[in-house]
Amino acid sequence: MSATQAAPRATSGRTAPSGGLLLRLRRARWSSYGLVSIVIAYLVWSLAPVLIAFLFSFNGGYSRSIWQGFSLQWWTGPASVFHDPMYYDAIRHSFLLAVLVVIITVPLGVSLSIFISRWRGVSAKPVTFLSTVPLVVPELVLALAMFFLVTKLLHFVALGTVAQVAGQATFILPLVIVITRGRLASIPIGFEEAAMDLGATPMQALRLALIPLLQPAILASAIVAFAVSIDDFVITQYMSSTSSTQSVPMLIYTATRGTATPALNAMATVMAVATVVITGLGYVLYRFVSRREQIPTLAGEEMPAIAAFGEGAL
Amino acid sequence: MYPRRYLLALGLPGLIWVVLFVTVALYSLIAIAVGGLDPLLLTPVPAWNPLHWSSSSLTLVLSALKPFAGPDWVVFQRTCIYIAIALAGCILIGYPVAYYTAVCAKRSKPFILALLVAPLLVSYMLRMLAWVGLLGPGGWVNAVLVPLHIVPPQFNWLDGRSVTVICGLTYGWIPYFIIPLYAALARFDTRYLEASRDLGAGTVGTFLHVTLPMSKQGILAGTVLVALPLFGDFFTNGLLSGVSSTAMVGTLINTYAQSQTEQTLAAATAVWLTAFLAILLIPYLRSSARATREVAR
Repeated sequence: MSATQAAPRATSGRTAPSGGLLLRLRRARWSSYGLVSIVIAYLVWSLAPVLIAFLFSFNGGYSRSIWQGFSLQWWTGPASVFHDPMYYDAIRHSFLLAVLVVIITVPLGVSLSIFISRWRGVSAKPVTFLSTVPLVVPELVLALAMFFLVTKLLHFVALGTVAQVAGQATFILPLVIVITRGRLASIPIGFEEAAMDLGATPMQALRLALIPLLQPAILASAIVAFAVSIDDFVITQYMSSTSSTQSVPMLIYTATRGTATPALNAMATVMAVATVVITGLGYVLYRFVSRREQIPTLAGEEMPAIAAFGEGAL
Repeated sequence: MYPRRYLLALGLPGLIWVVLFVTVALYSLIAIAVGGLDPLLLTPVPAWNPLHWSSSSLTLVLSALKPFAGPDWVVFQRTCIYIAIALAGCILIGYPVAYYTAVCAKRSKPFILALLVAPLLVSYMLRMLAWVGLLGPGGWVNAVLVPLHIVPPQFNWLDGRSVTVICGLTYGWIPYFIIPLYAALARFDTRYLEASRDLGAGTVGTFLHVTLPMSKQGILAGTVLVALPLFGDFFTNGLLSGVSSTAMVGTLINTYAQSQTEQTLAAATAVWLTAFLAILLIPYLRSSARATREVAR
C-alpha cells in the first residue's frame, strides 16, 4: 500500500484555485483553522486529565481531588507507592502477567498464522473465523465464558495467575494473528520455495527465510500484546482469586471510589510511564528491524498493528 | 511446499488453544445458561448434554427484558440510549480529528498520531481515575463551574448522573474509534477532492458528495469496534456512578455474576446479549463484504 499511496499524496499539495484566488485561499485557511482547533481541543481534553492525575500524586494532603500543596510523601514516604505492599504487589503482578502473556501469545499466534497462510487443502477459514471470535464478542461475555470453563470443566486450573494468563492470552492471540497475517500476506511464498530448492529442510526454510522476514510483525505483536495485557481489566478480574492476584487496573477499579490516598495516583503514574517507555523502546527496535524497508509514514504492518491495538480495546 | 505433517505440527498448539478457550468456553457459557441450580448448594450446574437443556433461565431473562413491561427493559433501553449518544459524540468529535490527521496534517502528522495513540498506552482505568478526581465535589471541574453559577456549590457529578456516565463512555472509548477511522481515511486519495472542486462543487458539496461517502466504511468500522465493547462495559458506570439508576446491560451481567445463585442468569443474559449483537452486526458485515467486492473488481 505504501508505494501506491505515496505517489498521489506527493502531488496533492494545495491546488491552484481558479478565480477569486484570495477569497478561496482565505476560505481554505478558515476551514483548516477550524479543524486544527478541534484537533487541539480534543488532544487537550483527552490528555490533560491524565496529566492532572499525575500531578495529584505530588499532593501534600490525602485528597485526590483538592490540591493541598506539594510533597513527595506518596513517592517516598512510609505509605507511598514503593512502601505499601498493596501498590507494588499490584505493579509486580501486572508486569508478571504481561511478560507471561507475551511469551505465550507471540509464538502461538505466529505459528498459527503461518499454518493459516501456508496451509493448502481443506480450507483454513474456520480456524480464521474461530480465532477472530474473541474480537467480536464483548470482553465481558468472553470473561464469563472463561470463568465457567475454568470453574466448571477444567478443575485442574485454579482461578489465579494461571487462569489470568490463559484468559488474557485467549483475548490477545487474535491481535497477534491479525498483525502477523498482514505481514505474511506481503511475503511471497517464493522465498521459502527457493530456500528448499537450494537444499534447505522445511525447518531451515522457516528459520532462515520466513522468520527473519516476519521479524517486524513479531516485534509489533509483542508490543501490542504487552500493552493490551497491562491495560486489561475484565478478564483479569474474572480470572482472579485472592488479593495476591490483583493487577493494577483491578486495584484502581476497587480503590478509586474509596478513600485511597494519592499513592494510587503515584502507582498509576509509575505504570503509565513504564508502559510508554517500554512500548517506545519496542517501537525504536521495530524501526531498527524494519530499517531496510521503506516506510514513508505509518504503513505496512504498523497501521494494522495500531488498528489491532484499537480492536484490543479492553 | 511444506509437508502437511510439518504444517499441522506448527498449527496444532494454536488450534487446540483456540478450540479449548474459545469454542469450549462459549459452550460452557451456554451450558450454564441452560443448566440448573444445585438444590443444596445453590450453585449453577452446567447441562453439558443438549438432551438435558432447560430453557427456564433463558425465558426468565427474556421476559424480564420484555419491551415496556419487563423490569429489565428500562436497563436495556438506557443502555441503547447511552451508547447511541456516546457513539454520536465519538463521530462528531472523532471524525474531524481523524480526518485532519489522515488528510490535512503534513509535518505534524507523526506527532499528532503519537498523541492519539497515547491514551491507549495510558490505561483505561487510570483515565477514569483522573476524571473521578476532577469531578468530585471539591474537584477542579466544580472550581470552574461553580463560580460561573452553572452548577450549585458542592455539586457531586459522581452520584449517579447520566451526563457523567455518557461523557465518561465517550471519553473512554473515543481513542478506539479514532484509530481505525484514521487507518481507513489514510487511504483517502485527495485527488478526488481536487476533481470535485474542479468540477464546480463547493466546500460543503465536496464534503457531502465525495468525502463523506468515501469515509463511510471507516466510520462504520469505528462505530462497530466501539459499540461492541460498550455493550459489555460495566466498569465506567461503576467508577463514575455506581448507582443502579444508571445501570447498563453490562452492569446487570456483572451484578448477576457476583452472586453464585444468580450466575445462571448472568450466563443467560450474556447469551441473549451476544445474539442481539450478532443481529446488529449483520448489516455491517454485509456492507463491508460489498465494499471488499467493489475494491476487488
